[in-house]
Amino acid sequence: MSFDSELLQQTADRLTHSFAVNRRELLKLFGAGLMVCAVDARALQESGGRRRNEEQERVPHDVASWIHIAEDNNVTVFSGKAEMGQNIRTSLAQQVSEELHVPVDTITMVMADTELCPFDMGTFGSRTTPQMGTELRNIAATAREMLVDMAASKLGGNRNQLVAANGGVTNNATRQSIRYGELLNGRQLVQMIPDDPPLISPEKWTIAGKAVPKVDGREFVTGEHKYASDMSRPGMLYGKVVRPSAYHATLASLDADEAQHASGVTVVHDGDFVGVVAPDLTSATRAASTIRAQWKAPQQISEKELYSYLREKPANQGQHAGGEGGGRANIHEKGSFDSAFASAEKKIEATYTVAYIQHAPLEPRAAVAEWNGDKLTVWTGTQRPFAVRDELVQAFHLPEQNVRVIVPDTGSAYGGKHTGEAAVECARLAKAAGKPVKLQWTREEEFTWAYFRPAGVIDVKAGARSDGSLVAWDYHNYNSGPAAINTPYDVPNQRIQFHPTENPPLRQGSYRSLAATANHFARESSMDEVAHALGLDPLEFRLKHISDPRLRAVFETAAKRFGWGQQKPTPERGFGLAGGFEKGGYVATCAEVAVDPASRAVRVVRVVEAWDCGPVVNPNGLKNQIEGAIMQGMGGALFEDVHFADGRVLNPRFALYRVPRFRDMPKIEVELIDRKDEKPFGAGETPIVGIAPAVGNAIFSATGIRLRSLPMVPQGLPERD
Amino acid sequence: MREIVLNINGAEHRVSAAEDEMLLYVLRDRLNLTGTKYGCGEGQCGACTVLIDGRATRSCQVHASAVSGRKITTIEGLEADGKLHPVQQAFLEEEAFQCSYCTPGMILSAVGLLKANPKPSDEEIIRGMNGNICRCGTYPRIVAAIRRAAEAGGAQ
Repeated sequence: MSFDSELLQQTADRLTHSFAVNRRELLKLFGAGLMVCAVDARALQESGGRRRNEEQERVPHDVASWIHIAEDNNVTVFSGKAEMGQNIRTSLAQQVSEELHVPVDTITMVMADTELCPFDMGTFGSRTTPQMGTELRNIAATAREMLVDMAASKLGGNRNQLVAANGGVTNNATRQSIRYGELLNGRQLVQMIPDDPPLISPEKWTIAGKAVPKVDGREFVTGEHKYASDMSRPGMLYGKVVRPSAYHATLASLDADEAQHASGVTVVHDGDFVGVVAPDLTSATRAASTIRAQWKAPQQISEKELYSYLREKPANQGQHAGGEGGGRANIHEKGSFDSAFASAEKKIEATYTVAYIQHAPLEPRAAVAEWNGDKLTVWTGTQRPFAVRDELVQAFHLPEQNVRVIVPDTGSAYGGKHTGEAAVECARLAKAAGKPVKLQWTREEEFTWAYFRPAGVIDVKAGARSDGSLVAWDYHNYNSGPAAINTPYDVPNQRIQFHPTENPPLRQGSYRSLAATANHFARESSMDEVAHALGLDPLEFRLKHISDPRLRAVFETAAKRFGWGQQKPTPERGFGLAGGFEKGGYVATCAEVAVDPASRAVRVVRVVEAWDCGPVVNPNGLKNQIEGAIMQGMGGALFEDVHFADGRVLNPRFALYRVPRFRDMPKIEVELIDRKDEKPFGAGETPIVGIAPAVGNAIFSATGIRLRSLPMVPQGLPERD
Repeated sequence: MREIVLNINGAEHRVSAAEDEMLLYVLRDRLNLTGTKYGCGEGQCGACTVLIDGRATRSCQVHASAVSGRKITTIEGLEADGKLHPVQQAFLEEEAFQCSYCTPGMILSAVGLLKANPKPSDEEIIRGMNGNICRCGTYPRIVAAIRRAAEAGGAQ
């Protein structure tokens, strides 16, 4: 099935829906207070075109987020973004707190509820900090300025003697103060902001920029927080789906007699969908296991044919998932690769592969669905509540306003929960049962029926002169994706192309940092190869080809902290580095590995990562993200691999699919470069891209073995490359 | 279905459940003690960890009917008199979580570990916790939290 390609994500800021609540309805949601709404600036820009009149009418509806300040001084922030561990509930609250001058603990973040929150495309692409964060800062700053204006008439005196602080306004000359809530005087005020108000510069931040603790941390250590899978509704029943024997299978015959006669069990059969509902999960699982379904499945590509298939089955232009075209459209060319390569004195040619891997979020997909007449409410864990609402609207032929999707803070996603499978299945079961139903996928279902990070093949050719300059770069990525495909190094002659594959064998979707992991693995390993071919130090060779000072700075910072070049590699100990730039973040990673000559086991001993994404909003939260990305990235780098044959996953369990554990943990050191003079960017993804090539390069430095396939050492180090 | 008497967090609970119903589902679905999580159903991830007579146990691998009369502690039962258990407090202070779905299981595994070994070395912490998965990769912080809890007398 086609969905969710990278292109779709890259254009994620396109506003495709207008928010259906009008100004009057919006006010009904609240009592007295000040409501400040951000109007989507793009909607205003677009209004210069032919849709001008329509746009002008729609402007009040194109609300992207809003803040409400109540008479009791409590602040409520509404955002369609979802929290799933990236700490945005805290970091967004900090930014509002900073601009509005209210304590963090007076702010309530209402997030990812399609009825209460303005439309949002989804929480992905590291866009929360640069987009939603900036927008909320704008709104909060506007609200602050309005409140100071209001205070001017109450407190008198010169406006520039008035200072907003701690939820109120003080006249510095008279020392008189008034709280925000008192200024509102029982009125309901609404302000739309099309323009960018003056923001507090990051150099002057006192709340943003600090390690504010996770705002609801206590609820997580007590088990009090309710994830979607923890929700309960009166009279709720439990669902179980009967899965096909293989991908693309259709139902040939069904014998559900025994389940139909079981007490309290409802069998649901709708096309190829078969499921049961029962009073408890154990009964539902038992009833589902008695159903005899015969499936007809087509023959499918198996793992051993994967890489030749990816290379040999190009997608036609515009036919790739999500409309991502292949062919000329994906070529980046500069200078003349062919002639530069022909005359190069040192050449390398190599092929890299990356395997399919699974996100394996610890909370598998889950939903609770409840129908009231033709109105449907679904609690589910997803990165895209509004897209899941649309899936439900389509599946059940409902008007949009009849469907509400609520996303409680979710048990992680990593790009793996863009879709609403469990929500749709659960709503179908609940419709048949006439009662609320909970459906939680098993680990095996999550491993099999969610989607995968795309596998890929990457061909690299590089040519250098003996003076140490890289002059020719040819790079072809088959199927894995175009994210970060362009080289950040100065190379005069380049040809870079993404080749999407037609009907790849497994269902593919986004994964933390998308193909930036694969492309950094191939590029940074190749840079290492060229450096060694030239007899140059890998750091020195890179720096020679970097003109972006921020990229240079992360490499130099990581290398310094790591002690790059101070220790000579031995057959049992190696050192490697890698880095790059993507989605506004600069990263450089140094790794030290230990190789056991007897067992051929490889262990990552120490990792240093330097990171720059502009001004740091929460240093502790940011470090947590970076450490976690390194840990998670080690899985795909070293041993994660989905095995499959003929439409079936062969290792759909943690006992068979190895993820990083405590014993894999290296010593991790993070260096944050806090660029207060730059724009803020997100950090949920790019910190993952350096670890695989840094480890691969470290293995090479110890052993001389160049590993060009992810995962690199699923069974320990091979005898040769 | 049969009636099972369970001693959970110091209180007696009578539940009606199937003979082969796992403790995990009895806790979550019949007693609404949802702090105990499903992660894999095969004892590989530790999200469902509870204490049974003080020992960290995978509740997805134990029939509820088999632990009748034993002393069961879930994450909801760790806090005493409004005061967090030292291990909970240490997790909070080290911010040893991201999505936190693994956190209750991590905390109970750590409590079990400290009961058996009040002053573990880092190596012993890693060995003792290796059966618990954190997909967000907060392992270094969890080790730091357990170290901190041990120093604060978390073996209680």
